[in-house]
Amino acid sequence: MNDLDALESQSLHILREAFSRIEKVALLWSIGKDSNVVLWLVRKAFFGHVPFPVVHVDTGCKMPEMIAFRDRFAAEWKLPLIVGQNKAALEAGMGPHQGRVACCEALKTDGLKAVVAEHGFKGIIAGIRRDEEGTRAKERIFSPRGVQAEWNVRDQPPEFWDQYKTDVPPGGSIRIHPILDWTELDVWRYIQRENIPQVGLYFAKDGKRFRSLGCTPCTAPIESPAASVAEIIEELSGTRVSERSGRAQDRESEDAFERLRANGYM
Amino acid sequence: MTQSQLRIVIVGHVDHGKSTLVGRLLHETGSLPDGRVETIRAASEKRGVAFEWAFLLDALQAERDQGITIDSTRIRLKTPGRETVVIDAPGHKEFLKNMITGAAAADAAVLVVDAVEGVREQTRRHGYLLHLLGMTQVVVAVNKMDAVGWSQARFDEVSAEVAGFLKGIGLTATHVVPLSAYVGANLTARADQMPWNDGPALVEALASFHPQPGLADMPLRFPVQDVLKLDERRIVVGRIESGRLRVGDELVFWPSGKAARVATIEGWNQAAPAIGAAAGQSVGITLDDHIFVERGHVASHGLASPCECTALRANLFWLSREPLTVGSRWRLRLATAEVWAEVAAIEKVVDVEDLSAANATQVERNAVAEVLLRLRGTIAADTFADNPRLGRFVLVDGHDVAGGGIVTATDLETGRQGVPKSTNLFPVGHRAPLEARWALNGHRGGVIWLTGLSASGKSTIAMEAEHQLLRKGRQVYVLDGDNIRQGLNADLGFSPDDRAENIRRVGEVAHLFAQAGIIVITAFISPYRADRDRVRAIRPGNFHEVYIKADVEECARRDPKGLYARALRGEIPEFTGVSAPYEEPETAEMVIETLGRSVEHSVAALLDYIDRSFVLKAGEAAGVGG
Repeated sequence: MNDLDALESQSLHILREAFSRIEKVALLWSIGKDSNVVLWLVRKAFFGHVPFPVVHVDTGCKMPEMIAFRDRFAAEWKLPLIVGQNKAALEAGMGPHQGRVACCEALKTDGLKAVVAEHGFKGIIAGIRRDEEGTRAKERIFSPRGVQAEWNVRDQPPEFWDQYKTDVPPGGSIRIHPILDWTELDVWRYIQRENIPQVGLYFAKDGKRFRSLGCTPCTAPIESPAASVAEIIEELSGTRVSERSGRAQDRESEDAFERLRANGYM
Repeated sequence: MTQSQLRIVIVGHVDHGKSTLVGRLLHETGSLPDGRVETIRAASEKRGVAFEWAFLLDALQAERDQGITIDSTRIRLKTPGRETVVIDAPGHKEFLKNMITGAAAADAAVLVVDAVEGVREQTRRHGYLLHLLGMTQVVVAVNKMDAVGWSQARFDEVSAEVAGFLKGIGLTATHVVPLSAYVGANLTARADQMPWNDGPALVEALASFHPQPGLADMPLRFPVQDVLKLDERRIVVGRIESGRLRVGDELVFWPSGKAARVATIEGWNQAAPAIGAAAGQSVGITLDDHIFVERGHVASHGLASPCECTALRANLFWLSREPLTVGSRWRLRLATAEVWAEVAAIEKVVDVEDLSAANATQVERNAVAEVLLRLRGTIAADTFADNPRLGRFVLVDGHDVAGGGIVTATDLETGRQGVPKSTNLFPVGHRAPLEARWALNGHRGGVIWLTGLSASGKSTIAMEAEHQLLRKGRQVYVLDGDNIRQGLNADLGFSPDDRAENIRRVGEVAHLFAQAGIIVITAFISPYRADRDRVRAIRPGNFHEVYIKADVEECARRDPKGLYARALRGEIPEFTGVSAPYEEPETAEMVIETLGRSVEHSVAALLDYIDRSFVLKAGEAAGVGG
């Protein structure tokens, strides 16, 4: 087994554990490369099937290419897709002009909470990774959330020997992180190996590409000539610039991201 | 890039500089994104506090505010040759569960000790827990050498103190490295400040460590995670914890003891279906028979099965606020099995401060104890020493993991060893090339031909070698003289012609076994050189002649079957060494001199030869897909 085999095997084990142990699970699909990889791993874990709903929280300002990608593959792969949206906040005019953190909380966090409440999901599978950001580095693979989806970061349960916390106290839920131990480079190498389709925005046009995808107003492209998966891998192998450098909401204050996550952000 | 990662946990007493060490290591090895140090420096300035390397790791606001690590973190380190994951664990006693979370995931550990303070309470506790978690690769980092004036005398003092403590718990440090994380001395390169130190820098010391040892070479343990019903198929999914399995293998599921063969190894988006899989792989298989299988069952091969037990003796560390008391009940989870467990006895509680053991009626949070657990059902388990993956468990309190333990004994009064249901472990597919069999087995096949006088030790050595090779998951079989003569060669006597025919038949059979990919060990006197050479000639490259050497006087003295005594009395005609010749080998691949040597010594020498000669060469391992 090489390093990608080992990561894949761990992820399959986690996904099957979530499906076997938690009553109602759903996959959170942001259409970005990481959740696309998780979706692929789900199909691998269940031999071509997707045995639980795939949830997309639509903020109403996602890039059009992402929505087109979602609709194409939801049909092609026959995905049990659920699209959630915080319509009340959108109608009330929520947007980054009201503060980027407030906007993320309303459109993403609250949007997710509403879908979870409506369908009664006990487990939410999310494609976050330790190397993205410091608080994610400290995450658990099975990470409990309270009644308000809050993350008690100062008192996380022990997690060792692959014995995961799969029992949910009443009202709470569990976030499941199958690619927590992967890096950005691992994700692209796996995309290359498995030939996993990705949104075109990741590939350079006119010397710019997106390294991380989000909402149109808060996500900026980076200077890059990398126009193929191979070129992205080449670029990342040498880079010393952090992945979320194009994501504006992280930099509102030193602990902006931690506070977002503690309140239920992915 | 494709090598497996090495995961290293950094442990030690609070404030001895673990996070500083990791932060500085990230910087020195160029593993940080550009601008990260500057960002943290600016943020520190804004908050009016002095910059610390630990701020790079302590990502939580509460951690930066209090200057301590609360939860463990994992970061990739760019080290030459392979990728290293560094796990920074908290040293504060309050966060022991987080330290365990980090340490249990590591292949190796760095125990950080402050050169000024020396060994403190959490140094001992962490050291003890490393031992309990089965960690054998440990470096001691004597940190803050700048604060003791780079003094060799102080370093020697602290080293002796640490070594003495570690010895007491049965742990040996591979290296003891003096360094200063704050200054960045002796981390990636040897430090000018300590010319007296001729040991390696920390990164050099870490390079000598290896990822998890060969679980694939141990007996098969395949805990069932789930049985998926998809497209009319019933797919048994799970991760192979140790050993290997392949299509056609007969698997026995414990604790039911039901057996069935592997019909297929399922896959998706694969070029070709896999025919074999090994430890670490998450697989889905279908069986050729509709036996009842469910989550919690463990599949093994017929031989080398786990223990079916209803009671366990264990070393346990306790993390819950609620103490563990005699008579209390918890959910026990071992691999994928889950069962109620009652604490039948607390045999002793270990004081990690002075390692003394005391009798107690309860185990408090963060304490370590030896306990006896009685189970409300039967599960398949091993001792930790036999199989680390099936020899460890957690106890769950309500929704949370409350403690963890390693199994020290399974063969208690209520436990019984599983009974092999079949010894037919050698499926044959004639279209498969020999190399494919080798790749599946993880080793080459061939004939180890032991020759020597009666009572020289051939059978004893062969049987013990077979036992040990089987335990390592090798495909091995012994053809023994006495056994073959009772069956296949029952029509033959001991005349030179009959002896020649005896050896010819055995030689053919041995080579057939070798062609099936098996390591076959034969134990026959085979006294005539010409007979042995004929066997060699069948397939010279697969024939290894091993002379088990002991002179006639010594063999006659041992004489376990009383044959020499009878031969000397003339009761057995043509007895080799007495009334028939023995021709010593001239071209043996190996000579094992048994006179004055123990059986263990001879077996070890033979196993060493087999390991070297039967290892797959570059390229031969390919084809073990999953």
